[in-house]
Amino acid sequence: MDYSSFLQMHEEFSLLGVMIILLLYDIFASEKYLKYFQPIAIVLFLVHIVLNCVPRETFQVSGGMYEYLPIHSYIKTFLNIGTLIVFLQAHKFLNEDANRIKRGEFYFLTLSTLLGMYFMISAGNFLVFYLGLETASVPMAALVAFDKYNNKAAEAGAKYILLAVFASSISLFGISLIYGSTGTLYFNDLPALITGTPLQILAFVFFAVGLFFKISLVPFHLWAADVYEGAQTNITSYLSVISKGSAVFVLFTLLVKVFASLITEWQPILWILAVLSITIANLFAIRQKNLKRFLAFSSISQAGYILLAIISGSAIGMSSLVYYVLVYIFSNLAAFGVISVIEERTGKINIQDYDGLYQTNPNLSFVMMLSLFSLAGIPPFAGFFSKFFVFSAAASQGFYVLVFIALLNTIISLYYYLLIIKAMFLNKSDHPIEPIKSDFFARVSFAVCTLAIIAIGFISPIYDQIHLISFGM
Amino acid sequence: MNFLSLYILILVLMMMGLFLSKSRKQIQIIMITGASFLLLLSGALTYLYLTERAAGNTAEMLFRADSVWYAPFNIHYSVGVDGISVAMLMLSSIIVFTGVLVSWKIDPMPKEFFLWFCLLAIGVFGFFISIDLFTMFMYYEVALIPMYLLIGVWGTGKKEYSAMKLTLMLMGGSALLLVGILGIYFTTGGSTMNILELSKLKVPLEMQRYFFPLTFMGFGVLGALFPFHTWSPDGHSSAPTAVSMLHAGVLMKLGGYGCFRVAMFLMPEAAHEMAWIFLILTGISVVYGAFGAIHQTDLKYINAYSSVSHCGLVLFALLMMNQTATTGAILQMVSHGLITALFFALIGMIYGRTHTRDIRLMGGLMKVIPFLGVSYVIAGMASLGLPGLSGFVAEMTVFVGSFQYADTFHRILTIGACASIVITTVYILRVVGKVIFGPMQDKHHETLTDAVMYERIPVIVLTAAIFGIGMFPGWISSMIGDSVLPLISQFIR
Repeated sequence: MDYSSFLQMHEEFSLLGVMIILLLYDIFASEKYLKYFQPIAIVLFLVHIVLNCVPRETFQVSGGMYEYLPIHSYIKTFLNIGTLIVFLQAHKFLNEDANRIKRGEFYFLTLSTLLGMYFMISAGNFLVFYLGLETASVPMAALVAFDKYNNKAAEAGAKYILLAVFASSISLFGISLIYGSTGTLYFNDLPALITGTPLQILAFVFFAVGLFFKISLVPFHLWAADVYEGAQTNITSYLSVISKGSAVFVLFTLLVKVFASLITEWQPILWILAVLSITIANLFAIRQKNLKRFLAFSSISQAGYILLAIISGSAIGMSSLVYYVLVYIFSNLAAFGVISVIEERTGKINIQDYDGLYQTNPNLSFVMMLSLFSLAGIPPFAGFFSKFFVFSAAASQGFYVLVFIALLNTIISLYYYLLIIKAMFLNKSDHPIEPIKSDFFARVSFAVCTLAIIAIGFISPIYDQIHLISFGM
Repeated sequence: MNFLSLYILILVLMMMGLFLSKSRKQIQIIMITGASFLLLLSGALTYLYLTERAAGNTAEMLFRADSVWYAPFNIHYSVGVDGISVAMLMLSSIIVFTGVLVSWKIDPMPKEFFLWFCLLAIGVFGFFISIDLFTMFMYYEVALIPMYLLIGVWGTGKKEYSAMKLTLMLMGGSALLLVGILGIYFTTGGSTMNILELSKLKVPLEMQRYFFPLTFMGFGVLGALFPFHTWSPDGHSSAPTAVSMLHAGVLMKLGGYGCFRVAMFLMPEAAHEMAWIFLILTGISVVYGAFGAIHQTDLKYINAYSSVSHCGLVLFALLMMNQTATTGAILQMVSHGLITALFFALIGMIYGRTHTRDIRLMGGLMKVIPFLGVSYVIAGMASLGLPGLSGFVAEMTVFVGSFQYADTFHRILTIGACASIVITTVYILRVVGKVIFGPMQDKHHETLTDAVMYERIPVIVLTAAIFGIGMFPGWISSMIGDSVLPLISQFIR
């Protein structure tokens, strides 16, 4: 066996390198140097991003267990950027006395889940895929319960691990049925063997449940609100953006690559899931008082919109999806960033607490407003473009009714996003949140997000690049 | 750099300037300079357009520019104007200019107010210069969202309710619209988003039957099509003066313009088939809006309902689908834009003095504030269609055009719509008689002061424009009429 082919897995190795360096540094560095732990982590990660952002030629490792496609570089880079923003926003939280000792773990666990996602994305075989899925889930549960003395976090962690394991075991059962009916687990061999027998359809449904759980589509969403609320805010943002972003990408590639012959089966399934996710999550989001729960439901409905790109099953769907994930990363992380900064300083997390925020914290309100408008799909912000492309992808395959339902839902979503904007700009409060000076790292993250939200839509080469490469799928 | 893109550029520069501005003085300077430039630009554009046409240039759109934006979706940044757009751009810049002066002393947060105001204006100008479906839709939505904050923060009365209602209903309209746009794009083969090129391709008739009503209703919501007009009275009455002006004066015209340029132009067969449904609805708008206005006691509500009626007339005339009526519809857009802006400006100024808009609590204002009083009477007369003012020209053209159909259905509707003029007279004269003339209701009102300089300028500008169109309608109606012809030839059988 030719081991040198392993070295082609640049992304995974360089991430592993970062992880190991950070782990050793955390263990062996003296107190004097530990001060620099976070800046070093961020710089190292930045180097990792820069090194791996250029797409390469397609290649396979160990006989197709691992398969690299140029588009993987993009999706991984986008996830990396998102993770970097989370790190920037978590800086303050990890510098607190209670958490300083645990920050090594924070970085290691986060990067482990990221590594899992890398493998999920580039898997060429269901076994590698499953390994990636588990690597992405188990450290995530530890992250959710990061603040272990907090009852809610502990509860959220337990809930997450139980449900995640349950979901992935169903998924594994589906994989075993696939193996039973076809005799192979390689993605490249499967399309010819999947002919649409009842057993294979059953296998597909079982398998997909695991991914639907990770994307938190209705009716597999019940964990989302509680876990989002219980986990520390920066971890919630990581969970809602990065974890979701990788899962939708993987779902798309598997549907198009492996289950292409079952298209008449999975399109109706996705149709129903999309309508349910968007509608139910929107209706629940209206009733939320807690901002984290609110964003949990909002992100479920966003996942529903992404399904519109997946359902098309076309190259345009692929590029729209990747673009949507990119925009969603910036929009959602900006919103979570503001929430985490405010929660960090004041402990306030309810929509009511944001009354009159613009009077005391104009900059934070501004960032929040941009991100909410982007999430709602209002031009000239990036969210408008990504939503438009997703809708076009679905419409290009004739799903006009689905687009119509989704668009009617954007009205509901605009309503609840406007509730927050109303609180910040219109409402008056006797006890507004006092002026907050966010730390340097958080401000950098806000600047990046704001710039991205405003600019991405106008810079069409970003989309063109993604589009160019997604034709290679 | 294209000549037309200057509209957007000026507004973007204004926004940047506002962002950096420190004091109210600076903000005022930036706004008035920018607005004057816009006005000059529109003047220059009208002049250039007319000379170009006089020189024999018969291209459908002039001053074209086209550059690829999103190649995979055939989205281009594509601009161009014909006579209709030129008229609308002129109207928009007049109203932006006057709107800036009317909100000269806006309080609180002037900087934020004008930032949103500029964004709104970008949406409006961008919409009128675009000939690409995507950018048109984008600008359309850009114009919607600032409304929420403008009404919510700087409005009066039950502003939060109105702001939310307006935003959500208009967003609903744009949701319908987007389905329509995607439908048009993909059923013609997904090869172009350019309106001119799309009009040469055919949307299959069975698909037109779905997408025409969606698109027409989508724009119709903004054009206050019955039964989707309910945002308009609340929205207009709660909005701050300049926003009411811009919204009733220009934004509602986006609806009519879009119905014509997108829905009817690109799907003429379905437009023919379904015109009767929408004719009935717009007929209801016209009559119902007028009756609604009779019942109101709040000056702004009266005007808002009158806008429903007059904008209904725009859509009504468009659906008649002949050259005279369509020219009348465009003229009515311009004329109503000017009149309603003047009304809202005056109401804002009166409200600023009397602190009430209830007509039962006011009276005899002519004695104390003669300038505003006289202007209000002029606006009223224009609105009820007195010859010599713009309202007459527009409504006359509309009704002459509508009367060209000899069948019973069109006759009945036309007569019904004509009758609305009588109702208009009732509510206008009632207000004028009660508030402007009539006995003094409140002795505090005896000490009111008349309009000052920065208030007089917008009133004079708007009045002059109303008189201008009323006295010399020839050039504008021929400019519009010539441009209507190539569009209308799509659906003249």
